Amino acid sequence: MYRYDQYDQAMVDARVEEFRDQARRRLEGKLTEDQFKPLRLMNGLYLQLHAYMLRVAIPYGTLDARQMEMLADIADKYDRGYGHFTTRQNIQYNWIKLEDCADALADLATVEMHAIQTSGNCIRNISADHFAGAAADEVVDPRPYAELMRQWSSFHPEFTYLPRKFKIAVIASEKDRAAMRLHDIGVRIVKRDGEVGAEFYAGGGMGRTPMIAPLIREFVPIDQMITYAEACLRVYNRYGRRDNKYKARIKILVHELGAAEYIRQVEEEFAHMLTVGVEPPREELARIAEYFAPPAFVDGPKTVDRSDPDFALWVDRNTHRHKHDAYVSAVISLKPAGGIPGDATSEQMRLVAKLAREYSFDELRVMHTQNLLLPHVRIADLHALWTALDEAGLGSPNMDTIEDIIACPGLDYCSLANARSIPLAQRISERFAATGRTAVVGDLKLKISGCINACGHHHAGHIGILGVDKKGKENFQLSLGGSEAEDVSLAKITGPGFDEDGVIAAVEKVTDVYLEARTEGERFLDTYRRIGMDPFKEALYG
Amino acid sequence: MKILTGNDLRSGAVTWWNGTGWSLFVDDAVDVGEDAEEILAREEAARRVNVPYAIEATIDAAGHVRPAHIKDRVRALGPTVRRDLAVPTANKTGWDWVI
Repeated sequence: MYRYDQYDQAMVDARVEEFRDQARRRLEGKLTEDQFKPLRLMNGLYLQLHAYMLRVAIPYGTLDARQMEMLADIADKYDRGYGHFTTRQNIQYNWIKLEDCADALADLATVEMHAIQTSGNCIRNISADHFAGAAADEVVDPRPYAELMRQWSSFHPEFTYLPRKFKIAVIASEKDRAAMRLHDIGVRIVKRDGEVGAEFYAGGGMGRTPMIAPLIREFVPIDQMITYAEACLRVYNRYGRRDNKYKARIKILVHELGAAEYIRQVEEEFAHMLTVGVEPPREELARIAEYFAPPAFVDGPKTVDRSDPDFALWVDRNTHRHKHDAYVSAVISLKPAGGIPGDATSEQMRLVAKLAREYSFDELRVMHTQNLLLPHVRIADLHALWTALDEAGLGSPNMDTIEDIIACPGLDYCSLANARSIPLAQRISERFAATGRTAVVGDLKLKISGCINACGHHHAGHIGILGVDKKGKENFQLSLGGSEAEDVSLAKITGPGFDEDGVIAAVEKVTDVYLEARTEGERFLDTYRRIGMDPFKEALYG
Repeated sequence: MKILTGNDLRSGAVTWWNGTGWSLFVDDAVDVGEDAEEILAREEAARRVNVPYAIEATIDAAGHVRPAHIKDRVRALGPTVRRDLAVPTANKTGWDWVI
């Protein structure tokens, strides 16, 4: 994985000291909250319901054991012994004190981590396919390109005050495991006639106005990728609305201009930028790529002993095909039945770090589904890995099932939320696990947001739940038919909302309809697309 | 009743105006009546608490203060899903009315 050079480290260290001074002045009363707020947000420090919250960037979700151990140490030293892994492959700490924050950032800097650009109207942490570098179906490892984008977008002077926040995802396979088309810019690394290039999508997003990004260019030569991204950002920065924050995302600009006109303007800017020469030299990409050289895989068994049914179930559910046939990628579920999606204790983080050293070439990933991943595990080591995970409560065999719920922090933590998300996730996963329906229902992505900002990706859920405030009471809207994958679609609302008990019953009812109507091999989403909304509405509202 | 709340500058902890200063316990909150704006202006200037604001609340016979809005009730007690991290409070029945 990428290691900081002297410039990276110097920038991060300098930013820590700058923030230390800013925090000191705030604590001494020399800065008002209005003055301090944009400064703390630039360093990932929010003020949430109960305390400050620090969001730490994990570029494209990749980290090593020593970094995971530092995340555990931060949880113990400055927080309350746990952290929350997020849908942007980051981690959040919910109880950070302002007076401790600079020290926490200084500790993070010792392991090449920071919280810069995890908030504010700038280019946020670049996300990527969590199976990058391991997946059998990828064209190339997308992470060197994501890293190049990280370096380009870090402290980019022109894009520090965009009209709104800006999120980029990079993948390199036909399968979309990063919700790529629901990003402000989605990049798919492709090969054409043996040449590597980038397919660009722009203007996607969730939030209060969900939109699927249209394709804006089929092929950008890889040695022009940054220039093209710069052109996309420049047009947005110039014409994106700044008068209304709810209409300030690039998706609104692309929608209002029309994709064709946005593309025309980007191409015009791109032609101009090519003459300016902003593209990093090819040598820089080559230098970065060296850090992502595949580890020294060795041959070994290609199958497991399936005599233990619990282990066999976990292998079937939580492992993913690797480009080397003696290896798999192993998903570490942070979704125990009845648990809080994405939360991990410091002990669990340390165990995962240890297991990464033992079984995965010291490499870890944070998945946008709020799980963790060991990307390169020998099939021969799987039983030992599973045994260790299971003993620590990390062995739930539920990847991509109804228990593998994405849920935002909701009203339990978030100052923007209108309703709680986590208790719903807990009750639904508990109920399906207890009745054994999880395995019967199979692949089903359920996503819960506690407000219209859609941090829980409810628009992209096969089943989505949105919490709203209805006359001071929590109310939940159910939606069906969303997908963040290569078959991307936006979920549609079923009808009137439900209270907490009602929406849990509603989830059971729609799965009943699915089980009744499905044909061989159909997922919930496939059945919904075939039979439409009406049978589900009939079951819900009679 | 009208009470004042905010987040402590140093820790970010939820605090409640008790008449002379800021308390971590919602039951310490006092009715500020018509004085809300004046106290808020003074406390904003003192910069001990982040963005203090006034909210509606009720008080029961046992003296327990209950913020009117669900968001402030969650703030008063802590995350409903991590009661082990809740604000230590004299009001053990708070979880019954938080939602």
